[in-house]
Amino acid sequence: MIRITLPRFGRFDAWRDAARDLARSRVLPESVAWADADTPADLFGSQAAPPPGDYPVTATKDFLQLARQVASHSDAERWSLLYGALMRAQTDRAFLSNPADPMLDRLTRMAKSVRRDIHKMHAFVRFHELPSDGPRRRFGAWFEPEHPVLEAATPFFAKRFADMDWAIATPEGVGTFTGGDITYDPPGPRPDLPDDASHELWQTYFANIFNPARIKTDAMRSEMPRKYWKNLPETRLIPEMLADAPRRVQAMRDAGATEAPAFAPRVTARIRQQPDDTVPDSLEQAAAQAARCTRCELCHAATQTVFGQGDPGSGLMIVGEVPGDQEDLAGKPFVGPAGQLLRRTMSEVGLDPGRAWLTNAVKHFRFTPRGKRRIHQTPDRSHVDQCRWWLDLERKFVAPRLTVAMGATAALALTGNRAALTPRRGGVEPARDGGPVLITWHPSLILRLPDDRAPAALAELRGDLARAAEMVA
Amino acid sequence: MDAAGNDRAAVTVPAGLFQNDALAQNTQGTYLSAMAQRTLQQKLAILSDAAKYDASCASSGTDRRDSRSGGIGSAGGTGICHAYTPDGRCISLLKILMTNFCIYDCAYCINRVSSNVERARFSPEEVVRLTLEFYRRNMIEGLFLSSGIIRSPDQTMGDMVRIARMLRVDHGFKGYIHLKTIPDAAPDLVAEAGLYADRLSVNIELPQDASLRHLAPEKRPETIRAAMADVRLNREAAKERSHTGKRPPRFAPAGQSTQMIVGADAATDRDILKTSANLYSGYRLKRVYYSAFSPIPDSSSALPLIKPPLMREHRLYQADWLMRFYGFEADEIGAAHPSGNLDLAIDPKLAWALANRAQFPVDVTRATREMLLRVPGFGTKTVDRILAARRSGAVRYGDLLRMGAIMSKAQPFVTLPDWRPGGLTDSDSLRARFAPAPEQLSLF
Repeated sequence: MIRITLPRFGRFDAWRDAARDLARSRVLPESVAWADADTPADLFGSQAAPPPGDYPVTATKDFLQLARQVASHSDAERWSLLYGALMRAQTDRAFLSNPADPMLDRLTRMAKSVRRDIHKMHAFVRFHELPSDGPRRRFGAWFEPEHPVLEAATPFFAKRFADMDWAIATPEGVGTFTGGDITYDPPGPRPDLPDDASHELWQTYFANIFNPARIKTDAMRSEMPRKYWKNLPETRLIPEMLADAPRRVQAMRDAGATEAPAFAPRVTARIRQQPDDTVPDSLEQAAAQAARCTRCELCHAATQTVFGQGDPGSGLMIVGEVPGDQEDLAGKPFVGPAGQLLRRTMSEVGLDPGRAWLTNAVKHFRFTPRGKRRIHQTPDRSHVDQCRWWLDLERKFVAPRLTVAMGATAALALTGNRAALTPRRGGVEPARDGGPVLITWHPSLILRLPDDRAPAALAELRGDLARAAEMVA
Repeated sequence: MDAAGNDRAAVTVPAGLFQNDALAQNTQGTYLSAMAQRTLQQKLAILSDAAKYDASCASSGTDRRDSRSGGIGSAGGTGICHAYTPDGRCISLLKILMTNFCIYDCAYCINRVSSNVERARFSPEEVVRLTLEFYRRNMIEGLFLSSGIIRSPDQTMGDMVRIARMLRVDHGFKGYIHLKTIPDAAPDLVAEAGLYADRLSVNIELPQDASLRHLAPEKRPETIRAAMADVRLNREAAKERSHTGKRPPRFAPAGQSTQMIVGADAATDRDILKTSANLYSGYRLKRVYYSAFSPIPDSSSALPLIKPPLMREHRLYQADWLMRFYGFEADEIGAAHPSGNLDLAIDPKLAWALANRAQFPVDVTRATREMLLRVPGFGTKTVDRILAARRSGAVRYGDLLRMGAIMSKAQPFVTLPDWRPGGLTDSDSLRARFAPAPEQLSLF
């Protein structure tokens, strides 16, 4: 039997060096006894290791990462298990990527248990402040992890608490951080930590953030197992909190509803907006009323009303179908891809996009959610009919000399005619209220058309907008 | 943080630890009573008690950073739950209200103006000191700050932003900050909040607009959604490089979340899930939190004093997971039961599978990832392992057990080289196999 003794700290690197040399001589796993600082000297044979042989030894990055975690497990067999896995991997690399392999499964479970223990140590160490005579504050803690994870767990604290000095004592040893460096020492007796005023405040917080009306102690115990309780300042309150919970809930129930203080209605009256049912006498009032519109059900899913914007005195009104994703988020019409195409095309024919009233036939976005995206849906006739209230008010206050209807929905809302758009495109029709309506494509159609048909449609849109520019000039 | 420890919490009053619910009855009309006399411990008791109805405590998924280059704290990667209370909720952040004074009158909220609850207000310095001292003792990952509305939304949001700025700029705090955004606050305040906070959240409060208008008359659903849209647009703008190639500063790197109260109105689970689907798709939310409506002390007569529907809340979270990680649509899950509510006795994936048995059994050796994800008892990790193991040969019953599949659930829905469900898949009594035995109702 070859005996390999690993040091108290830096165990994984020592194991790796020894395992590499043994594997180079193809020493079989069953002929190695792995010992650590606490193993009695005479328990196993003490044959010396042979000098390293010439066999090549390789290990993947994933295996080394797994091995490093398994090395912090409390199971005394871990070193020989790891060496066995290393030897097996020299001839059978595939088992390391097969989750169904029993050997990999055992190592993976051990690594998982270690990772959980490290995580719990990061969570449940509680520092007590210690007196300090230097410029840095000093803290100390006592913690009892399930596995020997001190070395694996302390770098986290070094990164987090770099501006203070601290020591974490465990049964495995003591990690001390002074002036930016961690050192490890053999275990000593459990330190006597001084009382810390902040621990009392922490208990106050713990007791009060708890909702007595919902008791779920199983959930608590599965995440904060009892083995960790003895070193947490807050857990000693739990029995009292649980015992008192039914009384508190009953007291709430008995008290029932109470009478509001007399000043409450005065406060809310000051800030509560009264519903405004008057017929608006300005565009601003119409916009404010539209922002709270619930005439159809689209308002429940859409973000907000997208009312028209632009220059109400220009004599030109451009009407699209419905706001899209971007318009809905921004609360402004024609800011998405189709809107940008419209604005660009308007500029090309000498129409300043800011010098027209831009709006939509329907003022709330209609969509179907699909994962992280919202898919545009064409509004129904009922939506168009309900929303005409706002479109008519816009027409009343803007009083356009010409209206451009982009797409079938806008044409329907303005003229009442739902016939196919293709033969009507480029024509001027009378609006319901009498004014002229120039019918053209919606820019989003151009974005959806295949590449061979889009340029022609865009040219038609451009031509129609140029004609609109002449008509209002 | 000097040698004398000037930022340490100095006050200790070994008074009763519990915020006394009954005390609320004795403070009629003392809304503006002298709160300056309260000790830090008393304020902490009142303002953490007032914050406990917010479910979120997440501290994960933000930028990786630590204190080796100065300051205090670290963040990034998975969050850490530092403690658990007996209500089963984790404590990751110091979750407090800046103040529980509020001019709004939301019926479901203990801090509404018409409540007689005890009131208190922290100074910004007190919030900063509590956060740093708890943080230094490894009790928290950071701060989750919310507030009642005092004077105006802008005033309140401005004070909250000031606290976040003090932590980040004055103290070099690298831990996690979650700020609850006030919906009506000015856009530039929200823009500044996003520079300091890891996460911003606005509560949607209730699943349907009509309930919100009814129960929270000062709030407006469209304003709440517009605030979420604003956060999304800010986050997207922060990801785009300018024409010089410079990246703007990060904006709320851990994203935004929201919370919905379940059981305070008549919305069905299907309504709730549809609302969630709209929110996820519209505002790129990281999470929607469901909070079972919990009776509050000093409650409003507008609401029933019921036991919080904890199982319903749990099933909604399961359904939410199915939408986000398993490729389910809200309507599919909601349609499994004609009432529009989730089956409380069995989990929603199992309920869906039972209602769609024509799609089963699934051949585990051939099925697509999408279909494997729909098998009850298979989680996302199990499915990944199955896909990896299939490359090394056939996957058998014992392998699935080792890879974490819950075979007691999966049995009727899969075929394997060494397992056939036979008539089990279509048997009439399949639901009864999974549902807990019916309980004898109490006569009294």
